[in-house]
Amino acid sequence: MSVADVFARCRAEGRGALVGYLPAGYPTVEGSVELLTAMAEGGCDLLEVGIPYSDPVMDGPTIQAAAEGALQNGFRLRDVFSVVERATAAGGNCVVMTYFNPVLRYGVENFARDLAAAGGLGVITPDLIPDEAGEWFAASEKYGLERIFLVAPSSTEQRIASTAAASSGFVYATSIMGVTGARDTVAGAASEIVARTRPHTTLPIGVGLGVRNGDQAAEIAGFADGVIVGSAFVTAAEQGGPEAVRALAQELAAGVARAGLATQPA
Amino acid sequence: MSQRPRSAEFAQRTRTVSTSQVQASDGIDTPSGHEPDESGHFGRYGGRWVPEALVAALDELETAYEKARHDPEFLNELDRLHRDYSGRPSPLTDVPKLSQHAGGARILLKREDLNHTGSHKINNVLGQALLTKRMGKKRVIAETGAGQHGVATATACALLDLECVVYMGEVDTRRQALNGARMRLLGATVIPVKTGSRTLKDAINEALRDWVTNVDSTHYLLGTVAGPHPFPQMVRDFHRIIGLEARAQVLQRTGRLPTAIAACVGGGSNAIGIFHAFLDDAGVRLVGFEPGGDGIETGRHGATLTEGSPGALHGAFSYLLQDEDGQTSESYSISAGLDYPGVGPEHALLKDIGRAEYQPVTDAEAMDAFALLCRTEGIIPAIESAHAVAGALRLGKELGPDAVILVNLSGRGDKDVDTAAKWFGMIGEDESAESADGTAIAEGAVKDTAGSFADAGSKTEGIQS
Repeated sequence: MSVADVFARCRAEGRGALVGYLPAGYPTVEGSVELLTAMAEGGCDLLEVGIPYSDPVMDGPTIQAAAEGALQNGFRLRDVFSVVERATAAGGNCVVMTYFNPVLRYGVENFARDLAAAGGLGVITPDLIPDEAGEWFAASEKYGLERIFLVAPSSTEQRIASTAAASSGFVYATSIMGVTGARDTVAGAASEIVARTRPHTTLPIGVGLGVRNGDQAAEIAGFADGVIVGSAFVTAAEQGGPEAVRALAQELAAGVARAGLATQPA
Repeated sequence: MSQRPRSAEFAQRTRTVSTSQVQASDGIDTPSGHEPDESGHFGRYGGRWVPEALVAALDELETAYEKARHDPEFLNELDRLHRDYSGRPSPLTDVPKLSQHAGGARILLKREDLNHTGSHKINNVLGQALLTKRMGKKRVIAETGAGQHGVATATACALLDLECVVYMGEVDTRRQALNGARMRLLGATVIPVKTGSRTLKDAINEALRDWVTNVDSTHYLLGTVAGPHPFPQMVRDFHRIIGLEARAQVLQRTGRLPTAIAACVGGGSNAIGIFHAFLDDAGVRLVGFEPGGDGIETGRHGATLTEGSPGALHGAFSYLLQDEDGQTSESYSISAGLDYPGVGPEHALLKDIGRAEYQPVTDAEAMDAFALLCRTEGIIPAIESAHAVAGALRLGKELGPDAVILVNLSGRGDKDVDTAAKWFGMIGEDESAESADGTAIAEGAVKDTAGSFADAGSKTEGIQS
């Protein structure tokens, strides 16, 4: 199933997509496969598999700590391919979220080749802008991977247009200015950035940063095609393992379903 | 030279300053001829490896800088501050007794340690703080390692009525406690960073997180020639004055260009500042000295250009210390200001094209040079700058007595007294240098340590006790 298929299926069901993030290798490689599987079973349409990195400047304390834990427990970059492969075999649809230096070090083309072979569908790149992505364009084209770039509330109209044009799969809109982490309110700036992005693309638009419960998910799904949840899943995993992750996914999925479609069918 | 209009008073000053016809703002007003491409690349290095959320702020900064650098009002204000506030031009000092330890080569020190706040950092900070005002931002954040950039930033913020928050690794807040206190006295908020290796790298991470969150109201006053475009170019330009002055001063003093230039390299700001004026002087060797820590072979060092490999960190593509998975390696140096696993992208290009060379200097070599400069010339250098002094001693022995070696003495060592006193065994690990009286320190340095300080003193003519 492609990313486009995932969004199309959700649309056919009259709802947006739920995207859940967890770092590969957290708390261990084995444990992360179980958590991702629970996330998919609980209702996440797309799994965002994070690559733990030593200098995660877009992440708040929750995901920083999880990444550090994964690295301390021996996570190696190549482990992400087996995590993606196994989570896919268990029924998940996986995209990878990674800071770009590990990809540069592995070799951009080699990374694309091995991720595609593992069943990965695309890559979300929080610190790679299209301006620097020449090698990634070529590799993602060659191996059929989606390029999911980010737009932010601070992005100019021109940059929203060029970033959306460079993207495939979906466009990732960051709801607020800031780093990852659950927040009480996220919708204000988020609806604005989605509205500003909409005229520039036919791709689905997913909103991330700060969402932590079903009500917030419903609110976001009222104007976005996808709701992306990260830190709240990490916290759930930390506190209650796969069961808590599954329960959170179910709550969020119900919220997304309740909201219906963000845009009317064309 | 600059074509911009100058006040009569300013023109008068320019004529009367005999050591140099260089004006403090020439580094930004006059293009260097070694500019990055339109998107900030030095060869394959540099660029913007950042979250999209920061791009608008980087564009805004680039526009503000390009406008300001040719605006007489901005340039005159910058010149006034450099002249009346930080004390430029900084002097050039002949150090004949130190030179005896360098194979007789003539060593000249460019005295950035005599600038207000005690290092070259003020050159860049004054420029960026003025830009902050022009951009209408009220809040400044900065990272600091040794605390020199933090102190300079806190100083400029006090002067220009800006709110100042400085991120400093927890390890560095301990080893550079004096500078932490200085920043607080100046009204800055110092936030100890407790993530990762708790040093400069992590302070930058935390500053970037703050910036992503508060970018509308906040300018990130980055302290080195690293980071995303336009920082490597802009910070370099603010520091070009070091080399522009020094080149004129050396020519006037010696009638020739230096044989070689020695500078320490952490992020690389003081090195690029002094190197730049000599890039087109093909006969002048440019040598950057990196922190060799316990020795390259031990793996405990911060010699990024010597031992690192290309990759993206903190917004730029450059050399960095990393493992085979692209995770940043922890650096180590006795010098907090050099303890950084990245380096500015223009240095990466200068290395690749062979225009500059980079060599490691160990903690022990740096501290030997530190002691030697203290005892031979009465100058206590920053431990960062002591790496450059050690490099000059090495170069002198290699090049011989006909050589002229220009050293960028980028900072003074007041902040390092505790670290040095411990290194030389004058006080215990848990003691503070202030707790010992001055005589005890001096006696201890000469008599009680079998180590390098005593050796350094005994080899120096005319200063034995």
